[in-house]
Amino acid sequence: MNAAAAQKFSGAPLGTPVYELTHLSKTYARNLVVALEDIDLTLRKGSFTSVIGSSGCGKSTLLKIMAGLIPPTKGRVILQGMPVTGPRRDIGMMFQQATLFPWKTAVENIVLPIEIRDGKAAAKQAMGKAHELLDIVGLKGFENVYPNELSGGMAQRASICRMLITEPAVLLLDEPFSALDELSRDMMNMELQRICHEQDATAFLVTHSIQEAVILSDEIVVLKPRPGRIAEIVKVDLPRPRTLDMMTTPKFGAIVDYIRGLLDKGEEM
Amino acid sequence: MSDVHNYSPALKDADTAEDTVWEQKVHFIDSVPRWLAMTFVFVVFVGTWQIVTSLRLVSPIILPTPLETLKDMIFVGQNLLTGGYMLGALWITIKEVIYGFALAIAIGFSLGVLVGETAFGEKAVMPYLVAIDTMPKVAFAPLFVAWLGFGIESKVALAAFIATFPIVVGTAAGLHAADENARMLFKTMGASRMQTLIKMKLPTGLPQVFTGLKIGAVGVMAGAITGEFLGGGKGFGELIRVAASQLNTPRVFSLILYLSLVGLVVFASVVWTQRKLVFWHKEQVGRDDF
Repeated sequence: MNAAAAQKFSGAPLGTPVYELTHLSKTYARNLVVALEDIDLTLRKGSFTSVIGSSGCGKSTLLKIMAGLIPPTKGRVILQGMPVTGPRRDIGMMFQQATLFPWKTAVENIVLPIEIRDGKAAAKQAMGKAHELLDIVGLKGFENVYPNELSGGMAQRASICRMLITEPAVLLLDEPFSALDELSRDMMNMELQRICHEQDATAFLVTHSIQEAVILSDEIVVLKPRPGRIAEIVKVDLPRPRTLDMMTTPKFGAIVDYIRGLLDKGEEM
Repeated sequence: MSDVHNYSPALKDADTAEDTVWEQKVHFIDSVPRWLAMTFVFVVFVGTWQIVTSLRLVSPIILPTPLETLKDMIFVGQNLLTGGYMLGALWITIKEVIYGFALAIAIGFSLGVLVGETAFGEKAVMPYLVAIDTMPKVAFAPLFVAWLGFGIESKVALAAFIATFPIVVGTAAGLHAADENARMLFKTMGASRMQTLIKMKLPTGLPQVFTGLKIGAVGVMAGAITGEFLGGGKGFGELIRVAASQLNTPRVFSLILYLSLVGLVVFASVVWTQRKLVFWHKEQVGRDDF
């Protein structure tokens, strides 16, 4: 990776709180379903946090509130000292589907967030940076290729670039690789770890996979359903950088088992 | 072959066993080029036509021979090329088709956006559009003549009237084509409603818009000619009507064939535009369009 591409995330030093969620609750008025109840969570700069729980535990709701896509019923969300009251530039998001637009080339897709916020001229200026990002994710040479010609994994790499182009302070990842095959998923997870490390990114991952959560995270938020509450926040003290062969170590297995136990307990309630 | 890979006992004899080469059946039609297949159908069609007419199975007044039709086509072609009265009539019909299609595109697209993008349009306007669409639109022709007279205006109106609805439906459907992921993505980027419409929903829906345009392109021809049948004027439809009333069937046939060329050009120009604009949509832009 060249020096110019090493655009580090701006702001506070590592370890200081970036995201602060206090007494967060969400009730869907239509059917009085309590999706989330009293969530308190702090994400620190440079940390990787995963949230895991069975379906219907409010994972997606939590992510949407954090992203400013829907308002909470109660509580506060503070990002970099400012309350979140709508979509923000310092939030980068990635979804299960790459959602690249087929009428735009890879690089045009990547500068789309800039085009939306600052107009076409700014997007043109960001092209150089888009090229550097493509280089970082290993897609050099695919700048002017249309998404139809990219594989699923390559498309997700491009969507990582699109997320990073606005230099967000925090990355919200909604099961980003769950549509990929297992081999690609493992590879992309290692890639994600490397990028997060190089950029000092603060990341928040929603996932169904305990293994994925353990291999990537510093902390895992285990949610129990109906109403969605935090059952426990599990610290993962495996050394960094993580490698795929750590998945066969007893320690990894122990953490996975422990979390599975928590999830099973959540189901019984 | 190394032992490591001998998972299956059958593989041990791989070197001695016979090759399982067998002939895969290829259907004859797959090996025939398209132009040849098309020519075949044409020859069979014209041949049958020639046999039926030369055996006097039907009266020549009802069905002329292919040769008579060809002769008349040459005559009409000469008239058109030398700037005869038929060229004037053809030009009038072409104008009706172009104006009608332009009007249909303008109104159809606007209504499509209203109905597909706004909750008001979908709730309050859509039911009326569906109701009007179910009516036999040709029945409105006498009204258009009464309102707009015997000139080209009444034909333009009918042509546009028929072609508008498929464009409305195509546009509205296209605006609903974007999936939840794309909408969410645009929301996270802080896109305004206008940006979402122009940069995402409309491009996503272009294939459906063009489906509507193609149906409309067919309808606009039908509308213009029907308008001329029912409302007079000086267009090609009037020539057909007059020829038919004189039992000049070869003329009717050749006029219809020239008219179909006009229709083909209109349709082809829509397909051409689609290929330029929707180059990224593989299924839509196949050769099957022709």
